[in-house]
Amino acid sequence: MKYLDEFRNPQLIAKAVDEICRLADPQRQYRLMEVCGGHTHAIYRFGLKDLLPANIELIHGPGCPVCVLPMGRIDDGLAIAAQPDVIFAAFGDMMRVPGTHGSPLEHKARGMNVRVIYSPSDAIKLAQSNPGKHVMFFAIGFETTAPSTALTLLRAKAERLHNFSVFCNHVTIIPAIRAILDSPDMRIDGFIGPGHVSTVIGCRPYEWVARNEGKPIVVSGFEPLDLLQSIAMILSQLQKGEAKVENQYKRVVPWEGNGAALRWMADVFQLRPYFEWRGLGFISQSALRIRESFAEWDAEQRFQVPGISVTDPKAAQCGEVLKGVLKPSQCKLFSRECTPDNPVGSLMVSSEGSCAAYYNYELRKNPKENSLCTLA
Amino acid sequence: MQAPMESDDTCRTCSAIPGKIVEVSESAHSALVDVAGVTRQVDLMLIQDEQLAPGDWILTHVGFGLSKITEDDALGHLHALEILGERGTESYDQSRVT
Repeated sequence: MKYLDEFRNPQLIAKAVDEICRLADPQRQYRLMEVCGGHTHAIYRFGLKDLLPANIELIHGPGCPVCVLPMGRIDDGLAIAAQPDVIFAAFGDMMRVPGTHGSPLEHKARGMNVRVIYSPSDAIKLAQSNPGKHVMFFAIGFETTAPSTALTLLRAKAERLHNFSVFCNHVTIIPAIRAILDSPDMRIDGFIGPGHVSTVIGCRPYEWVARNEGKPIVVSGFEPLDLLQSIAMILSQLQKGEAKVENQYKRVVPWEGNGAALRWMADVFQLRPYFEWRGLGFISQSALRIRESFAEWDAEQRFQVPGISVTDPKAAQCGEVLKGVLKPSQCKLFSRECTPDNPVGSLMVSSEGSCAAYYNYELRKNPKENSLCTLA
Repeated sequence: MQAPMESDDTCRTCSAIPGKIVEVSESAHSALVDVAGVTRQVDLMLIQDEQLAPGDWILTHVGFGLSKITEDDALGHLHALEILGERGTESYDQSRVT
């Protein structure tokens, strides 16, 4: 109850846990994947794992964009920024992600012009206030973030802002879920669907998960009660032998998504034939590239990019952790060579990476000592 | 309430944060929004079909409004983010373009 005492509805939380305990068959093992890194962080931070019966295992999915970005792409972005008069602009969560020769922050310490921005719009302002420099925005994120980059590119083109470009690393969530389901060593009984991504894409794109794969998927909010209710909804479907898409986060996520955002994305981006994901390898049609009509603002077309695929350090097992085959603590480097202060893999960098979350919240405690479930 | 989730190394690419509209621009394409105690210019183009006025709450993500939400949801979300976050308002400004 350590974290729940801080939350506003402990009675409702206890009720949701009771419902989960009632729905979970004690004779059965459940493996549920939370797709989104924000959910992973919330599950650890609120101690939700401790409230679940022992036979429900939460597997952490690929929904942290920083974590799935392969090192070669970071090297490519930094190679562009190493050219004269280029400013590397990125969100703060990119700053400590290791490239082959160090993170953007380490490159900044060596003299590279690296700026942390809050919004893609800030990158536009940066270019406007530095007419003698070229601002390259290192764009990253799933469909939650891609519309803001699309609008930024439309604005740059409309304003004929010639000293600005985007290094596009936007990825899409559905192919990643498909890759996980196709993985032979993976068994998932149901999915906790991402909340904020779904505000843009809606719920319809998940229908194939239920229809073709026979897996329940529940789009969930981020509060503890949201996540527990979503788990109960998945268990209820499994108990009835159903598989459908449900929307627990109706107060924010419209079933059809955000039509305007989807139209702007389609205007500016097209699917890449394939893209490399850390841990999952190359996945076809899983990422966005900038359309030819915006070529002047596409850093990959404007600059020479090495484009070399870089293998992760051999001992790091980010791939297995990303796919849920290993728990973070089962990686050989976890908490030894790889810590939040000295991350080897990107799963330890982002607060929403499963390794960082496990390190910060799970490492030092007995996993089941706080369970509320009398059936566990 | 302290500002949640806005240190330089928290995940800006996943998180969305509630903000309260202070003033909508004449074109209605942007607004000044109080996001956890800091007033920011937020782009409203992604939610241009919504009727938005001062006092309304929206979910913001990297300086763009993602959806309109109720005050109750906003406060619940902020409370959860506050518990998730590690730092206060001062780090918010550190991430701004200088």
